[in-house]
Amino acid sequence: MKDTIINTPPKPTAEEPFKSTRNACKLCSPLGASVAFKGIRGCVPIIHGGQGCATYIRRYLISHYKEPVDIASSNFSEEATIFGGGANCHAAIGNVISQYEPEVIGITTTCLSETIGDDVKQYIRTFQELSGDKKLPHFVTASTPSYQGSHMDGFHEAVTGIVKSMAETGELGEHLNIFPGFVSPEDLRQIKNILEDFGIDYILLPDYSETLDNPIWDAYKRIPDGGTPIESVKKCGSARASIEFGTILNKGSLAGRVKNNVQANSVGDYLESTFGVENRRMPMPIGVSSCDKFFETLKEVSGKEIPLKYKKERGRLIDSYVDGHKYIFGKKAVIFGEEDFVVGMAAFLNEIGIEVVLAASGGESGHLESEIKKYCPENSASILVKNGWDYELIHEWCAENKPDILIGNSKAYYIARDLNIPIVRCGFPIHDRIGGQRIKHLGYAGTQELFDQITNTLIGYKQDHSEVGYKYM
Amino acid sequence: MNDILKDRKSQIVTKGQDDVAIACGKASIAGSVSQRACVFCGSRVVLYPIADALHLIHGPVGCAAYTWDIRGSLSSGPQLHRLSFTTDLKEREVVFGGEPKLYQALIALIDQYKPKAAFVYGTCIVGVIGDDMEAVCRRVSSEKGIDVIPVMSEGFNGTKKDGYKLACDALSKLIGTDNKTEVPEHSINILGDFNLAGELWMLAEYYKRMAVNMVACMTGDGRIDDIRKAHNAKLNVVQCSGSMIYLAKDMKEKYGIPFMKVSYFGIEDMSDALYEVARFFKSDEMMEKARELVKEEISHLLPALQEYRKKLEGKKAAIYVGGAFKAISLVKALRLLGMKTVVVGSQTGNQDDYNLLKELCDEGTIIVDDSNPNELSDFVKQTGANLFIGGVKERPIAYKLGLGFCDHNHERKEALAGYEGMLNFAKEVHASVCSPVWKFMK
Repeated sequence: MKDTIINTPPKPTAEEPFKSTRNACKLCSPLGASVAFKGIRGCVPIIHGGQGCATYIRRYLISHYKEPVDIASSNFSEEATIFGGGANCHAAIGNVISQYEPEVIGITTTCLSETIGDDVKQYIRTFQELSGDKKLPHFVTASTPSYQGSHMDGFHEAVTGIVKSMAETGELGEHLNIFPGFVSPEDLRQIKNILEDFGIDYILLPDYSETLDNPIWDAYKRIPDGGTPIESVKKCGSARASIEFGTILNKGSLAGRVKNNVQANSVGDYLESTFGVENRRMPMPIGVSSCDKFFETLKEVSGKEIPLKYKKERGRLIDSYVDGHKYIFGKKAVIFGEEDFVVGMAAFLNEIGIEVVLAASGGESGHLESEIKKYCPENSASILVKNGWDYELIHEWCAENKPDILIGNSKAYYIARDLNIPIVRCGFPIHDRIGGQRIKHLGYAGTQELFDQITNTLIGYKQDHSEVGYKYM
Repeated sequence: MNDILKDRKSQIVTKGQDDVAIACGKASIAGSVSQRACVFCGSRVVLYPIADALHLIHGPVGCAAYTWDIRGSLSSGPQLHRLSFTTDLKEREVVFGGEPKLYQALIALIDQYKPKAAFVYGTCIVGVIGDDMEAVCRRVSSEKGIDVIPVMSEGFNGTKKDGYKLACDALSKLIGTDNKTEVPEHSINILGDFNLAGELWMLAEYYKRMAVNMVACMTGDGRIDDIRKAHNAKLNVVQCSGSMIYLAKDMKEKYGIPFMKVSYFGIEDMSDALYEVARFFKSDEMMEKARELVKEEISHLLPALQEYRKKLEGKKAAIYVGGAFKAISLVKALRLLGMKTVVVGSQTGNQDDYNLLKELCDEGTIIVDDSNPNELSDFVKQTGANLFIGGVKERPIAYKLGLGFCDHNHERKEALAGYEGMLNFAKEVHASVCSPVWKFMK
């Protein structure tokens, strides 16, 4: 909050009356920050705000990941709201340390603590001073008032915060930074496999591939195994290059801001401007074109050949495109969810001949339309792109325009059911099925699963609604 | 590593070892990863099932997003309660005030959905920026001619229980506003049933078979017009006493309506709930019908339960649920299946509930208030429980440790109340505890 010039007057209310958000297609920023913190080894997140924020967010994440998700709360009372949350913040830190002995504590703020002007960084400094020589965890903070941006802005804010608090300068290494954005634990594992098969040394941040998708345990683990270690994050500043998935990232956090804040940095931007680490930004690698870009970039920056395994995966994927093309051509799809997910999905559908008729997100970056048009050269004119939409707007639009398929998270199931449109579940959250954490989206292999699922859903829908129930396609 | 936070020790007792009263009703300790939610949550879940009302959440997007269609509360008619409306406040409103947005949102929603009344929930931030929600609600109410009721449920302003109280206050404003409708002689209100998986419909059917009429249910399958005439009932039958006891007391004071606390879980408590009502109306005929009903239901149920009991006999259970009154019924219901409760706790129980639990449970049972994942995982390990009964947040704890799990939260899709519910309960416990998958966990 450096600049206090108010350059945007309050919206005139007389012209266009505000309409309530109905079934929001976004979540609040502390949720995203909590997920990112879960991707650091030994990290326990604390939400600095009311008890409900932590509990609701835990419940929401547990319903998707089907895993224990411990997030502490500083449990604001009325007193803390009036006199400041310092004492609560200190108590929370102390109790988290004594129960969890974490390596890292990630503190994310809330609408409440931000509005009363709590300075979490100052609280941490005081806590450190009061602790004397005692060894303390590393602290990371994310400023995430829920009235600013969506969960994606919280996610990127936290990732940038982690790197800012740990990255160091050093001799230029051979390693790459990979910033995958908000993807499934299965996708994180895929990315790791790809880099390992290439023989590239890498730092993946955040890495919740284990922490939010644990195997069975012999004994309860207060902090699950896995996550990016601090020592690795330190080396982000000396990487050969960064690869950042997503082209919108945290630009949405500027929506609705009153103060002329400096444009929020993505983590790739930050490392480039501060440490001179070249940033390669690209859409999520879904579909042949986007995956080619990812693999070519890996080849270019590492100087290593693409492993044969992936050339074959690519070949099989294209072979399946050919097998399935007639069943999907010209089908009208509605896609929705986080903005970068929607951009990646639109590019994929565009290359296989499915017509994206509506691409909607609750995010409000204002960049969704230009990004989608950039990556959907074939039918960009016919795509209706909507920033700041909610599920009821999508519902009403679908009722009128009768698309053939919905592609996105499980929250739109009610629309699919109401209008008798098939839905393919992917992205976040998946609350009404098991395995949301294992859905593959990225790479040739992830695309393969999505392609098969989308094609078979359309074939299946036709089969189910046919009079004879044929045995061959 | 500390197993139990120092400040929490008084909230945990073991029967037979600790002779002190359990501490409860306290605010959660910062950093303890409490399973509780907040004041807003308390109000929201209680009022949520009123299906023909508009529920608008005044605040940033999160509070509405996380409570969208959160309860499995069924409605036999309108489904308006299943939509999630929010003013989606941005920084602009935090600085300049959110009243215009609230006003416009209400007007547009009322025009579009034509609700019978509207509840407006204030969240943390509204309490801080000082929006005059009451004034906006009054204005919209006079312009649109429906009740627009502000629920000042700032999350930080107490615990979930305080939210229950605010919800009761909101209901209280509606009750007594319809004096034209006459109700039959033997009329009751059902308080604290939320019609999860259609449970209310089962209960209403039982009472109907006893010739007892239901005026209003608060709030399962709730309707504004029914609530308005609820003061005409002769008796309030209160379940989930944690949330609705405030309203029962308020109605007793204002309208002289007596109330009784009941539970519909398990054969014993369910049957008592019916007998008590018959006893209250001092009707032999009604009592006779209740007896017949119980006899008939049990004659089907007991043989069916026996099959499950054979498989479950001697297994141990841990219970951690929202309200302690429910926990009490669960201990009894488990006993009917031959199972022993070794850990029992709740988010919001009071001293009376915990005393009753202590009396009811066997020696060595751990009783806990406002617990957290670390404690719960330790307790189930220590006691060697085979089953955990809880909600979404407890499920992964059970599964990671290789325990069966029964979902007894507001999201459940199977009715667990009543006689039918007891059979469903046995089926679910059996399906989880006796699954062959656990052998791979060893």
